[in-house]
Amino acid sequence: MAATSVHQGNPPAALETPKIAVQDLNLWYGSFHALKNVRVDVLPRKITAFIGPSGCGKSTVLRTFNRMNDLIKGVRVTGKVLIDDHNIYEEDTDLIRLRKRVGMVFQRPNPFPISVFENVAYGPRIHGETRRRRLEELVEKSLRATALWDDLKDRLSTPALGLSPEQQQRLCLSRLLAVEPDVLLMDEPCSALDPIATARIEELAVELSKDFTIVIVTHNMQQAARISHVTAFFLLGELLECGETSQIFTNPKNEKTEQYITGRFG
Amino acid sequence: MNRRWIDLFSRLFTLLTALACFSLVAGVALILGDVVLNGLKHLSWEFVSTAPKTGMTEGGIFPALFGTVFLVLLMTVAVVPLGVSTAIYLQEYAPAGSRWVKLIRMAIQNLAGVPAIVFGLFGLGFFVDFVGKGIDRFFFDGALTFGQPAILWASLTLALLTLPTVVVATEETLRVVPRSHREVAYSLGATRWQMVRRVVLPQAVNGILTGTILAVSRGAGEVAPILFTGAAYYLPYLPTHLNQQFMVLNYHVYVMATQSPDVDATLPLLYSTVLVLLMLTFALNFAAIIIRSRLRRRLKAGR
Repeated sequence: MAATSVHQGNPPAALETPKIAVQDLNLWYGSFHALKNVRVDVLPRKITAFIGPSGCGKSTVLRTFNRMNDLIKGVRVTGKVLIDDHNIYEEDTDLIRLRKRVGMVFQRPNPFPISVFENVAYGPRIHGETRRRRLEELVEKSLRATALWDDLKDRLSTPALGLSPEQQQRLCLSRLLAVEPDVLLMDEPCSALDPIATARIEELAVELSKDFTIVIVTHNMQQAARISHVTAFFLLGELLECGETSQIFTNPKNEKTEQYITGRFG
Repeated sequence: MNRRWIDLFSRLFTLLTALACFSLVAGVALILGDVVLNGLKHLSWEFVSTAPKTGMTEGGIFPALFGTVFLVLLMTVAVVPLGVSTAIYLQEYAPAGSRWVKLIRMAIQNLAGVPAIVFGLFGLGFFVDFVGKGIDRFFFDGALTFGQPAILWASLTLALLTLPTVVVATEETLRVVPRSHREVAYSLGATRWQMVRRVVLPQAVNGILTGTILAVSRGAGEVAPILFTGAAYYLPYLPTHLNQQFMVLNYHVYVMATQSPDVDATLPLLYSTVLVLLMLTFALNFAAIIIRSRLRRRLKAGR
């Protein structure tokens, strides 16, 4: 595909300090240049949606925010990802602290094959929390935050794998909230859920965005349109357009963005 | 080929496979039947609780039974931590696909292919003569203490023999722990050890126990590795220290079958001894299976 002119319209609320600022990010998987000079800002306590066709690099960008890409062999990164003004690709970055602050929800609900309680308590435990009472408080608080508490409070010791997919995904969110992060990364969190469950998880995401900075990768453009404040469109490893969601969906500046959101490719 | 031939061939093949299966079952049934029928005659509490008497034509097998259980327990204590740690290293820590890892895997596979008698000789040369004599020289002023065949050296030799079983079984189960669970653990800020300890190991317990069961059964059945490293022909007392020799059931069977002064008098005892050996192996297996299903249930219930 021919190179297209790049419009990188900053989100209108640019006066606000971004929670995450990506600067000239390049990433290679071996010799494959997966991200090319990506610059994007993520605003605090807003939902930012990353959209684009499969393989466009949106998940890869997401995974640079908690450095999950480090787990893959042969990954090389240049550029900066500033979270609260600190470049997390600096050598002295404490990965454990980073991932405690920047949590992730995955495509498929993936609770551990242990009880509901232990799933949520897992995070606090690995960060050294041993006091039973404190763990119980955290579990309750985290399950309340995802509206699971009333359903599950009497079933805390039952296996998490017995829950419905939607409950499992909520549980994964609770597990994440229990380590008290401030950024939530969601990698197509609804792709394994039915439409009703999807709608409810979306509601939850909107609710959570009052307290957390959320970045969601989605294939579902209606989803991005419904819940996000800012949308970024990626194509072939480049950020083509980024702006207020209503603007992107009603008046995209980039021709490719328009073609994608109107379903002409993707 | 026309239809009828194909039909005929297919039936013939069904018959052949069924026959193969049947002959296997029949073989096992014959052996078990023979052992059980003849073994039961002489089996009594006295038989399993007393020592052999008058050239093994009378008395029981208690020292051999005790020795076998003791030996297998010691072996398990040695082989499980070593095997499981090796598997964890290979699967979780070592750089995947590196030459170093391939070399270790090859070494383990070769270890599985070494004849048991070679382990016996190795045990004698390494554990008894080198390690044992070395300990004597440094800690006991050369007095013969550990530099002789003993239950410790025999169990360590058996542990080496069964190491590949444990490593391979553990590696298999570590491999099937979903990648997503590892990712979640990392994404929550777990260190590698925390990930292994709290995510991978609990899910691998089954495989580790299966490997242990196999190792125990194999260990309880091997004579050659312990022949030079600690098994005694006849000992009137029980081993109470790690540096003592011991009697063991399978070697006892061999001794009774080939070295008895009166074959006819020994035969009933021999049958019963074999029956006890089989029962012991089954009991060990059964115990492990029960532990496994308990753990599985507990894991499901999530504690």
